[in-house]
Amino acid sequence: MKLARSSKFAALAATGALALVGCSSGDSASDSGSPEAAGMIGGAECATGTIKASGSSAQKNAMTEWINAYQTACEGATIEYSPSGSSAGRADFINNQVAFAGSDSAMEGDELQQAAARCDATPPINIPMVGGAIALTYNLEGVDNLVLTPDVTAKIFNNEITNWNDPALAEVNPEVSLPDAPIAQFHRSDGSGTTDNFTQWMAATAPDAWPYEPGSDWTAKGGQGSKGSDGVAASVKSTPNSIGYVELSFVETQGLKAASVDNGGGPVAPNADTATAGLASAKVTPNPDAGEGDLTMEIDYAVQDSAAYPVLLLTYEIVCQSGNAADTLPLTQSFLTYTASTEGQSMLSGIGYVPLPGELETQVADAVNSLS
Amino acid sequence: MSTDLKPPDAPAPSVRGSSVRLGDRIFTNLTRGAGVFVLVIMASIGAFLVWKAIPAFQNNTGNFFTTQEWFPDADPPVFGIAALAFGTAISSVIAMIIAVPVAIGTALFIAFFASRRASTSLGFVIDVLAAVPSIIYGLWGLQVLMNHMEGITKWLNDYLGFIPLFNNEIGIYTKSIFIASVVLAIMILPTISALSREVFIQVPRDHREASLALGATRWEMIRMAVLPFGRPGIISATMLGLGRALGETIAVALILSAAFEINWHITEPGGNTFAANIALKWNEAGPIGLSALIASGLILFIITLVVNMIARAIIAKHKEFSGANS
Repeated sequence: MKLARSSKFAALAATGALALVGCSSGDSASDSGSPEAAGMIGGAECATGTIKASGSSAQKNAMTEWINAYQTACEGATIEYSPSGSSAGRADFINNQVAFAGSDSAMEGDELQQAAARCDATPPINIPMVGGAIALTYNLEGVDNLVLTPDVTAKIFNNEITNWNDPALAEVNPEVSLPDAPIAQFHRSDGSGTTDNFTQWMAATAPDAWPYEPGSDWTAKGGQGSKGSDGVAASVKSTPNSIGYVELSFVETQGLKAASVDNGGGPVAPNADTATAGLASAKVTPNPDAGEGDLTMEIDYAVQDSAAYPVLLLTYEIVCQSGNAADTLPLTQSFLTYTASTEGQSMLSGIGYVPLPGELETQVADAVNSLS
Repeated sequence: MSTDLKPPDAPAPSVRGSSVRLGDRIFTNLTRGAGVFVLVIMASIGAFLVWKAIPAFQNNTGNFFTTQEWFPDADPPVFGIAALAFGTAISSVIAMIIAVPVAIGTALFIAFFASRRASTSLGFVIDVLAAVPSIIYGLWGLQVLMNHMEGITKWLNDYLGFIPLFNNEIGIYTKSIFIASVVLAIMILPTISALSREVFIQVPRDHREASLALGATRWEMIRMAVLPFGRPGIISATMLGLGRALGETIAVALILSAAFEINWHITEPGGNTFAANIALKWNEAGPIGLSALIASGLILFIITLVVNMIARAIIAKHKEFSGANS
């Protein structure tokens, strides 16, 4: 008994010693400042502490991967991201409950003024961080290379084209034999940034066929609503002759088919490369009401390029340009430097997102660097 | 519930003399505190809902009660609860029509027909049914039940299509109010069944034996002795089930196609309910949108409160029959 207890103490002491060794080696490495040391990740120097963030659920998987990688590389750093939705995230940011917010659309208008109160009276800035593509996924037996134009897509989702053998569909798919079957159309029943960007693309490229105001809620009549991208993907997968729109990652993970989109420059299949090329045509349009260095983007939904996929999604991190709390600034800056780095961005294409184009990546890195 | 509380200054029965003992006084105050606490919580929930709903009422350019659209974040905001109220009511009513007879039948079987062993295990299974999380019912409804409902909904359309309720004009039978109602029926079945069973068991043995002795068959005994005695219990069990059906959120949100229009064709995709709409729209709602959702929640809160109060009132009215004093 006595022996057992003393050996337990010995084990405990040994563990403690190991832990101490672990700490001290980590410290000495970062002290030496060598770039290969454990204290660096993606060109960012590790910071410690705890920060909270919340917002866009479209960013969830990217954030999870980034946080895992960051916390593995940087001991003593804890980052919590709760995917509660973009507008909830922006509200949390305004109420000073989070260090930064993820959002599917840039913060603008009154919200910037409200948020200034927590940022030392200067409005916050929008930093684009996670790109994505929206795929038009379909379930048609024997058809593997469907092509859709904005006009045809808008008419399908507005219930003007209701059968797969419609002449308008046949015209853009001359080499495909489409079945005589009613189209089962699926959209999101919940509010979503995906719906927002998808309807913006249709409104920008096919205004005659899509008369509705773009927004995060589905406004057209008809079709069937499913909850979440996973819900739409599952509905399309289980319903023959169906079509829906989901983020690209769901096409890959669920083994679905995605249509090529022809904006006028030839059909383009959605993948990380074509979507990054599409994002390259997005323009930085700084919002004068936002803080200095704001990177609000305007996606060119009408891009006509045989290599650029046009149905795109760009999500932002909203952060104080100046007036960040002293205890959260180092970790916020270090983490966002990592996510904006080539190392951080290249991680995205493996999990269904789209890395930012190189030029934008540099601008984002500069913006993160200027935070104070 | 507050009627059950003893008046605070009523003389408590005491063993020694007339002095109130300290322990009794502490206990009385603790229980009173618990009772008051519940009331305070209810009141503050109501106050919170009203307060948060004010911006929605102020900015709405539609009629809150008759508008079917839901565009609270548009400029100007237009929204109303007509479609939500309709969907909530009709899905709950259909669920009740399906669930109540089955639940009462199950309860009668367990109480009077099943062998002792069968009744214990069946009762256990029903209790377990009540413990299944609603997300499971939702996923099951969406991925399993929906694929097997096409036959019956098509049959309803083909043979009973002259009734507008069962008429399906678009030929798509998924994601409908009808499917959601069937799932709701299964979800509320254990609640109604378990409560009815408790009431049936409490029917005085004298009543049952008297009717049998007078030559009644088992069915007549149930009809003349059990059901009249149990009626208030059945009604209140039904009301509690209705309360659950009205407020059910995630299962309905997963199944329904979420359309903001009053559509009597219940086998067509569409429909929406208060609770499901809140779950679906909350994440991406803007400031007025959040307020509008809370306003719709306030209406649901009031409806559920009224339903439960009616159930309680019925029980209270028939107190003399309740099992407590048999």
